[in-house]
Amino acid sequence: MKTKILICLLFFALTMQAQSQEKKSKSEQWLVLVNGNCEMCKARIEKAALQTKGVKYASWDMHSKTLKLIFNSYKTSKDTLAKSILAVGHDVDTLKAAEEQYENLHFCCQYRE
Amino acid sequence: MKKSTLFLLFFTISWGCISQEQLKGMVMVKTTEDSTKGLAGASVYWMGTSLGGTTNAEGWFEIPSSSKTNKLVISYIGYQTDTLQIVGTQELHHRLKELGTLEEVVVRAKKKATAVAFLGATNSLVMHEQELLKAACCNLSESFETNPSIDVNFSDALTGTKQIQMLGLNSPYLLVTQENIPSIRGASQAYGMSFIPGTWIQSIQVTKGVGCVTNGFESISGQINTELKKPRTDDKFFLNFYTSGTGRREVNTHLTKKLSKTWNTGLYLHGNKRSAKIDRNQDLFLDLPLSEQVTLMNRWQYTNPASGWISFIDLKYLKDAKQMGAVNFNPKSDRFTTDAYGSENDTERFETAAKLGYIFKEKPYQSFGVQTAFSRHQQDSYYGFNVYDIVHKSGYVNTVFQSILGNTQHQFKTGVNFNYDDYVEKVKTYNNNPTDYKRTERSVGAFFEYTYDNLEAVTLVAGLRIDAHNLLGVFATPRLHVRYEPWKNGVFKASVGSGRRAASIFAENQQVFASSRSMQLEATGGKIYGLDPEKAWNYGLSYLHRFLLRERTGTLAFDLYRTDFQNQVLADYDHSPQEVRVYNSSENSRAVSLQVELNFELIAGMEFRTAYKHFDVEQPFKGGSIQKALQAQDRFFANMSYKTTASKRASLWKWDATYNWLGSQRIPSTASNPESYKMPNKSKPYALVSAQVTHVFSPKLELYVGGENLTNKTQKNPILGVADPFGPYFDTTLVYAPIVGSMFYGGLRYKI
Repeated sequence: MKTKILICLLFFALTMQAQSQEKKSKSEQWLVLVNGNCEMCKARIEKAALQTKGVKYASWDMHSKTLKLIFNSYKTSKDTLAKSILAVGHDVDTLKAAEEQYENLHFCCQYRE
Repeated sequence: MKKSTLFLLFFTISWGCISQEQLKGMVMVKTTEDSTKGLAGASVYWMGTSLGGTTNAEGWFEIPSSSKTNKLVISYIGYQTDTLQIVGTQELHHRLKELGTLEEVVVRAKKKATAVAFLGATNSLVMHEQELLKAACCNLSESFETNPSIDVNFSDALTGTKQIQMLGLNSPYLLVTQENIPSIRGASQAYGMSFIPGTWIQSIQVTKGVGCVTNGFESISGQINTELKKPRTDDKFFLNFYTSGTGRREVNTHLTKKLSKTWNTGLYLHGNKRSAKIDRNQDLFLDLPLSEQVTLMNRWQYTNPASGWISFIDLKYLKDAKQMGAVNFNPKSDRFTTDAYGSENDTERFETAAKLGYIFKEKPYQSFGVQTAFSRHQQDSYYGFNVYDIVHKSGYVNTVFQSILGNTQHQFKTGVNFNYDDYVEKVKTYNNNPTDYKRTERSVGAFFEYTYDNLEAVTLVAGLRIDAHNLLGVFATPRLHVRYEPWKNGVFKASVGSGRRAASIFAENQQVFASSRSMQLEATGGKIYGLDPEKAWNYGLSYLHRFLLRERTGTLAFDLYRTDFQNQVLADYDHSPQEVRVYNSSENSRAVSLQVELNFELIAGMEFRTAYKHFDVEQPFKGGSIQKALQAQDRFFANMSYKTTASKRASLWKWDATYNWLGSQRIPSTASNPESYKMPNKSKPYALVSAQVTHVFSPKLELYVGGENLTNKTQKNPILGVADPFGPYFDTTLVYAPIVGSMFYGGLRYKI
């Protein structure tokens, strides 16, 4: 009996543990800060996101500089997504885009002070 | 063993608690120097996560704590987005600052009253309320005076009804929808535009060329969609009075009420009346009808952003009565006698519409909607001895599902719709027995529309619908719209597609009853009055260029459209001045339209708009192809509006003036008439000027005065054979210029 309870509890604890890890989902949402300035940035950021395999929806808000993403996390990950946005010259949260990509941006898009 | 079990249990629970830990707080904004209030709808989330929520009506939020970050982002449109470092879990109170620069931006880059869509694949423009307020715009048919894409013509000299045209084609070839539900069609074709009060209109979207497949197969030359005011966002109370020098008085009131967080309702009332007899040209016929109209609407709006459901339920009722004809006509004693020529037209219409929409919670790109509408339209009318009665019952159901293929670069809409139209008409002309025409149209259609957006230079919308119609048969309607932006600030748009319709020949040509012309139906065995349905292809190409002139924006637009009719139902006025022959065209016909339009801001607040249009509309009558009658082939348009900057008390002035030049128009042949009943073959060009001044005293009150046809242009003898209205030469349909001269009006608008 005791062992049964123990197994149950153990199982319970394990499933809770599993939940604490990122659960994969076909439409996971992610709100992330992406730096940029203008309509051109918006097009570039959204395009970079949407062209990453597994991304269903990308909408960048110019005022709050947040990018809302919906993606299939079986096909892609936040890391991959961040990389593809960094690759077109936009900083993602605390990650900085490489100087080379940043320099390639149109002058009105150069958001760094 | 027991200990470890307990430990495990404790561990599980405590771990659960940590993950359930909440951060509670309030987002506020400053209202006056020393008071603040909660901000509803602000978004609060942990940076880099999807963990978050929005503030409630009082500004409070409660969101789970995040183990990954302690940076909290608080944002709201029009306010500075703040990122806060959160330590601990104590209640948070945070005040957002208004974006200082935004205010300036708003004032300078204010929304244009009319916006030509730069994005989007269709060539469309949106007229906002500010545009509609530039002229009196008592109803929808009068809303296009300041817009060069739509021409306003006169249907006849008796009723003074204004008819609209686009791409050189009459309104039946346009699909007129109200919040995307087909509204003005069938029985309401002739007068329906004047049954939508101007103050109810929030905005009008005008699309040139074939429309989208989602709304049916009928739109051939374009689509006009009217968005009505929504109870949720409309003023609590609105009152409008209007009076004109030609004796027309109008009252409009709107009352809206918030019933709960999700339900809003609005009551909209409109009444107009003209009781003064106006006969300025002294032909002993009324220049404008005596009229009385009451229109009521009750709207219910349900919005629940939390669940994703939205809904509208509308109920509408209209009663309209007009009296026309000789000044001394008394309907009680003179009706159906030769004592005096007169006419009455009574309309009663009831309609209801219900819409339900759902936006999938986790998928903002996916939605589902159902629209249903039912209407009953009854018109009883007579013109001298001619009688025309119609009852049109209509039912409509449309379902639309919208989602993506892979990602939002590839979107699609698909759905099914059902249409039901039942017409009962009674037609009686002087010497003839009344004839009843009955027809029922039923159709089922399915559509699929795919949109591709490469997010930069190319947008493509390809649609196909298949309809099964009891009178038109089974047919496909393909439509394609492409947008291409080859360089910054320049955009090309192209469209191609087909459309079909069953012509309601009596309802659409009812001005014929106000003449001695007899309507000759040349049936060829078709299913609609013995005629075949109309079928056409429309091709369009446009280029829009945005430019900066001394730091002020402007646009230059070129449009070229061509409509090729494979089958058209023609109303031939040229065969004989005593007849109108209605038949299917035996050969293809075309309508070509060209428009060049320039818009720019001259100085701050002063906008200038000018356009030139050329039409080439061929009518392949049996007696030979000929240019469409009573249509100016060349038109020139100019509009200037000026708005002063608002004073501290938000008072300002608005000035608006419009100039319209109409080239010569062909008049249907009257050559076989006796000398005194002849009209020239062509009209002379003329110009019309209208102007309006509005003084906004405060956001609550504004007064306006204006004048139409300030140059006092009129057609000398608008009614042919006016002295002998029961004789064979009486004709009120040959109208190419205004019947009344200058007209002044004034009104006030008050809102809370």
